[in-house]
Amino acid sequence: MAASMLAACGGTSGACALQTSCGVGPVRTTLTVFAAASLQPAFDKIGAQLLTTNNVATTFSYAGTQTLATQLTQGAPADVFASADVAHMTTVQSAGLLHSQSVLFAHNRLEIAVARGNPKHVHSLADLARSGLVVVLADPSVPAGKYAAQALKAAGVTVHPASLEQQVTGVLSKVALGEADAGIVYHSDIVTSGKVDGVVIPDNQNVIADYPIAVLKSAQNQTGALAFVDFVVSTDGQSILRAAGFQGV
Amino acid sequence: MRRARVPAAIGILAALGLLLFLLPLAGLIVRAPWSQTLAELTDPTTTTALGLSIFCSLSATAIALVLGVPLAMILARTRGTLRNILRALTTLPMVLPPVVGGVALLLAFGRRGLVGSLLYQWSGIQIPFTTAAAVMAETFVAMPFLVIAVEAGLRSLDQRYEEAARSLGAGYWRVFTRVTLPLLRPAIFSGAVLCWARALGEFGATITFAGNFPGRTQTVPIAVYLALETKPEAAITLSLILLVVSIAILVGLRDRWLGV
Repeated sequence: MAASMLAACGGTSGACALQTSCGVGPVRTTLTVFAAASLQPAFDKIGAQLLTTNNVATTFSYAGTQTLATQLTQGAPADVFASADVAHMTTVQSAGLLHSQSVLFAHNRLEIAVARGNPKHVHSLADLARSGLVVVLADPSVPAGKYAAQALKAAGVTVHPASLEQQVTGVLSKVALGEADAGIVYHSDIVTSGKVDGVVIPDNQNVIADYPIAVLKSAQNQTGALAFVDFVVSTDGQSILRAAGFQGV
Repeated sequence: MRRARVPAAIGILAALGLLLFLLPLAGLIVRAPWSQTLAELTDPTTTTALGLSIFCSLSATAIALVLGVPLAMILARTRGTLRNILRALTTLPMVLPPVVGGVALLLAFGRRGLVGSLLYQWSGIQIPFTTAAAVMAETFVAMPFLVIAVEAGLRSLDQRYEEAARSLGAGYWRVFTRVTLPLLRPAIFSGAVLCWARALGEFGATITFAGNFPGRTQTVPIAVYLALETKPEAAITLSLILLVVSIAILVGLRDRWLGV
């Protein structure tokens, strides 16, 4: 029944029974995208855009990149994987799960998230070592945690974190909720959160995060998946990412 | 008398139901890296998480005993609408998703929470991210199991024993310690074991309210979850430990219930 309807939709538009599925443009298809938690604000917008232009309804699964990579290697079905580091993309690639080579589509810088108005006067990574300051980081298995450890090492700072979160958004929410005084997150998290202030980390201590994206071999909707990746690297996609605080490629 | 035959359809459905329980257990046992189990067992991450889990779950059970038994007495020995509301509130954590419980705990005892903000202002004490927070989260989720068991025990208690003791001149506390508590012992024991098991397995409320840090708030379930992404062998070993503990509890309770 559904198949015959889709077939009808593929033909002349007059045969269409459902306005939503084929009133304008191509047939509506669904797409599953596994994306690093930090990508949520930008990808939600990209998903909405793709629904209007390509009639692709995207379902996102946002989580720590390491969680997504584990789920994929355990056989989770998805069409597209967007990672917050190259290492986990390589893991997925070594497992033979990629349809084609991944492409870098964005960069991100680290920044210190603090409460609005910076009441604890945090001005540098070195300040994070202050006693009495509640600092939360992402777990070292999470890309953001790995990058944070690199930045702290570059700055020669030893921090005693109160908690190691499973995804960078966990760090952000602990600071936004006021439970933590500071945390190391991405610049994009601070731009889109609106609930925290950012303290810039100088370039010589900062780490640039690379975000690769790829279509998965198991993709049920390869056309939609390719369209999604194309859009992400397109001028429109890049401007959405830049507005969300990422650096384009 | 001949027993009625069970239709095949019911047998098949029952077998499917059983498989749903048994296959994951079989998966754990078959895929367990037995050669590495000993090494994983002595790994500091494992032992730290295990030690913390035992400490937190026993503390939660102790708190649940001190606070839960009196609560069960109030619920069992009073009537009325207020009692019914109290009873519903007490059992709420049993049906509430644990993560929601964790958020609720943050909003109450967090640094900006209802009570937590006062505590922080007056004494500078912050509960989240501490072992105390992990114990609180476990108590929150597990105490209802104890309260329900003890309340049921109190209801089925023959109150004439207490009345007899009272008529012989025993005061309230003497009746309580010499008559009520001994009669309640099976209910308290099974309630405490269930409560402890629930506390030991607690994940959602703990990670939300207490966060994750090795040796401070990283209990075994959280360590399992984390290890699955980085060291699957460690995750399977830790899962096996929890499985063995759960089976031991079940076997122990079964004997208790059968009165062996």
